[in-house]
Amino acid sequence: MASEPLVEPHGEHHRDLAHQFDSLDQQKESSTLGTWLFLVTEIMFFGGLFLAYTVYRRMYPEAFLLASNTLNVTLGGINTAVLIGSSLTMVLAVWSAQVNWRKGIVLFLLLTIGLGTTFLVIKGFEYHDKFVEHHVPGPSFHFAEENPSPHIQKIAAQDKDLGRHASIFFSLYFIMTGLHATHMIVGIGILVVLALMARKGKFDAEYHNPLEMTGLYWHFVDIVWIFLFPLLYLLGAHAR
Amino acid sequence: MAEHVTSRKVYFLVFAALLVLTGLTVVAAKADLGAFNDVVALTIAVTKAMLVLLFFMHVRHSTRMTVLTALAGFFWLAILLGLTLADYASRGQILLHVPGK
Repeated sequence: MASEPLVEPHGEHHRDLAHQFDSLDQQKESSTLGTWLFLVTEIMFFGGLFLAYTVYRRMYPEAFLLASNTLNVTLGGINTAVLIGSSLTMVLAVWSAQVNWRKGIVLFLLLTIGLGTTFLVIKGFEYHDKFVEHHVPGPSFHFAEENPSPHIQKIAAQDKDLGRHASIFFSLYFIMTGLHATHMIVGIGILVVLALMARKGKFDAEYHNPLEMTGLYWHFVDIVWIFLFPLLYLLGAHAR
Repeated sequence: MAEHVTSRKVYFLVFAALLVLTGLTVVAAKADLGAFNDVVALTIAVTKAMLVLLFFMHVRHSTRMTVLTALAGFFWLAILLGLTLADYASRGQILLHVPGK
């Protein structure tokens, strides 16, 4: 401390306590509140898209139902499980810090990064299928209901402009899952930094704010997917 | 530190419940329940979100200030969705009653 005269007048404090705070508890409460304020803006950010989805689905229920049925429920379901698993490993990383198990922090952060990456790879395969099927909105977009089942054809016949309305569903699908995936890429980047910090022993039972706050963000992104999965993948499952 | 440490067992139980609910929402979507398909899907999704919020995000042990902030976010989301959908839901009816048409 003696070599840092700027710090000296404030006296000694915990290595991880910024000196505008009285205690680590107060510092943590401040971080938590700030993170939640950020998450509130995220709720409104994704909320606008959920609103757009609801309005257009009300306008074109047949096109949305049939377009939704072209998505791969198996891959979407596996991805839901993968993401829930990554939330478990994230919370266990925070838990490891709380019980002072430093190797556990690194282990669970790496598992979270692995599961997050698995999610993105599976999502990549799903996107690839959509490109192959010409279901990506744009000049080469094409959508027609080919299932000959009279029940399905009856639904398709109710919408005179099925292709155009289906492209609205796919636009929302790509924007919503794309924005979600962008959040995951950002999250994985933060997790990599945290894993490096944890390896250097920066976190322990007393101080692990960055872990806890990244956890809040990661779980929030999980919650967004919990709503995206039924709304995008399952809305037409009863009419398959 | 006054931090509350939840046991690992609780986290694994929440994880298991989330997986079961995911399976349930897939099975329920295959039944034709009419308008209730959406009600069931959203009820399950909200339940899952609550589990994540309360246990994984530790809202259970957060201060009132933090809980209030989180609630404010969802409250404003409810205003956004509620008022906009009330508008769309009532538009057709108003047009039907335009005089002279």
